[in-house]
Amino acid sequence: MRWLLLKDLRILRRSPGLVALLVLYPVVLSVLIGFALSAGPEKPRVAFVSLVPPEAGELELGNEQLDLSQYEERLFSAIDPVDVDCEGKSPAQCRQAAIEKVESGEAVAALVLPANLTDRLRGLQKLAIEGPPRVTVYYNADDPLKAAYVENTIKSELRDANVALTSKFTEIGLSYLDLIIEGGEVDVPVLDDLQILGLERAEAIVESVRPQVGPRQRAQLDQVARFSRLARENLDLSGPLLRAAREPIRVRQVALDGASTSLSSFAVALAVAVSLMFVTLLLAAGALALEREENAFLRLVRGLVSRTSLLLEKAALAALCSLVICLAMLAGIGLFVGLEWSRFPLWVVAVGLGALAFGAMGTAVGAVTKDVRAASLLCVMLSLPLAFLALVPSGSVSPLLYDASRAVSALFPFKPALDALDAALNDSGSLFAPLAHLAALFAAFAVLARLALRRFA
Amino acid sequence: MAYPSGVRETSGEAASEPALVAEGIAKRFGDREALKGVSLRAARGELVAVIGPNGAGKTTLLSILAGVQRADSGSVNLGPDQVGWVPQQAALYGKLTVAENLRLFARLERLTDPDAAVREMLELTGLGDRAGDLAAELSGGNRQRVNIALGLLGRQQVLLLDEPSAALDSRQRERVWEFILDLAKRGTTVVYSTHDLQEAARHAERVVVLADGEALFEGSPAELGETVEREGSGHRDFEGAFVAFLRHRGH
Repeated sequence: MRWLLLKDLRILRRSPGLVALLVLYPVVLSVLIGFALSAGPEKPRVAFVSLVPPEAGELELGNEQLDLSQYEERLFSAIDPVDVDCEGKSPAQCRQAAIEKVESGEAVAALVLPANLTDRLRGLQKLAIEGPPRVTVYYNADDPLKAAYVENTIKSELRDANVALTSKFTEIGLSYLDLIIEGGEVDVPVLDDLQILGLERAEAIVESVRPQVGPRQRAQLDQVARFSRLARENLDLSGPLLRAAREPIRVRQVALDGASTSLSSFAVALAVAVSLMFVTLLLAAGALALEREENAFLRLVRGLVSRTSLLLEKAALAALCSLVICLAMLAGIGLFVGLEWSRFPLWVVAVGLGALAFGAMGTAVGAVTKDVRAASLLCVMLSLPLAFLALVPSGSVSPLLYDASRAVSALFPFKPALDALDAALNDSGSLFAPLAHLAALFAAFAVLARLALRRFA
Repeated sequence: MAYPSGVRETSGEAASEPALVAEGIAKRFGDREALKGVSLRAARGELVAVIGPNGAGKTTLLSILAGVQRADSGSVNLGPDQVGWVPQQAALYGKLTVAENLRLFARLERLTDPDAAVREMLELTGLGDRAGDLAAELSGGNRQRVNIALGLLGRQQVLLLDEPSAALDSRQRERVWEFILDLAKRGTTVVYSTHDLQEAARHAERVVVLADGEALFEGSPAELGETVEREGSGHRDFEGAFVAFLRHRGH
């Protein structure tokens, strides 16, 4: 077996195209993932137009001054604003200029704030009939994914702004309620400060006057005092109610299954699992198919090497190569993303056992194909659907389909390899269960490959 | 009738020492009977040709004699390790050099001195000056010489060659046959399959004719010539007479 292994490594060394592919593939993949994870998602380019006159950029809500530019800055942290030249243009022309930015592809969307934005907001305090202001979003829907991303980003930012404004309006409402209950001074524009008596003080006045009046007036004063008390108690309840209305539902997230692996850490495990699958499957299947393509298979198994030894040699060759490649890939990713190097021995175990399981599967593929091209094609055709199937999240498809996808995934090494890598890299759960699963799959595919060799060779 | 010249007579001395004995070999692939109780004997140093049309069962017979396939019934007196086997298509690694191919299989044969075996085979094949060349860069004839050398590495006394000169031009064929005849002179029993009647008549001491898995004839090329002349009369050439002979025997 040693001589065959050395022979295969020598052949591999003399196949510069294949070696370049095997080395470059993980390097490129790790660099791409590294950049993707460290750079974060690209902000959508949005043409932003505020038609609000500069003098109306501030809004007085209750006793507070709100500066509209604060909300603009918050929005700009989520988008990449594209300048729209509105110099000397009418609002309609300015709006059209923003739309043209979207049509030309310079921006994926245009966000237009109407001139009456602050007036309408101010009107809400006075229960004006115009209703709330409306901002308009124009976007290009050519690319559905990008359109959805832009729509979600802008909606999310506007929702945040709405929540912030709601909070302000609520506080103002609550201060008016306090005034009605407790009384006090209110600043009314044009007029002087206005003194409000308040229900509490009104009730106290009624109580103090009550002993000095006759029985008939006393009964009437009792009615007033009762109403005042009832109103105060009920208005006291309005405070918590209005505060609750600001955010009626709060979210508490509890992860039940799996662990709290961050998206970037999971992406690292996923990238390594995909590379492990491709490299190992292609190498194992290709190396075995090559023996038949070169007509050497029958000469070998005529007594020089047992079929089982030949299969194990190919699985070991593929596992060894992919182990080196995947560890190199992790080292590459480690330049961009923080990895826990203290867990290195666990990485080796997870990658190694995953590689052996994929190697055994690769030999099964190689055993049923007669040449390297057919083996490679079959590997690719098998790998992609299996990877997609293993990544189907629960709840995204019907329960029956999800159970079926889980059952099919359990028959192939991708899912347990991904789980093992996630556990080894990110301490996301038990490592033992996926390792045991991989060991069982290694044995099962080795038996399948052996049977296939007997059947087809 | 024009029969091929150079027919060799069977050596009585060689025939008295059977090196390879196969009795009643039968093999079935599904409904098809590939071999129907074929027997074959080859003496030490004898050259035996197994001839017949395509699909006659020649490759199946040789692969059973080589231990590559199992017969459904019948027996062979030698095990796979006692027989050298050269498949029809060169079974060597294109990305290894001639010497590396020989060394690899010498090691797999567990020879005590693989390097000495490589040197010997390079000398025997006359490919010493091409030892460092990749097998993929060799001509078809030279690849076949390496292929035969790989079959000889185990130093077995019986060598099975499956259509050794197929797909070679006449010059390459000549070089390969010089090599095989030299092996036979050194005492190696050679059993080869071919569908080229000229090649069988020219080099073999004994001929076994197979058709549809059935052995129709076993004897010297001269005896085959007589039989074919008798049963395939009316044809001016040997090949036409041979076809008529097969038809006469129901194939």
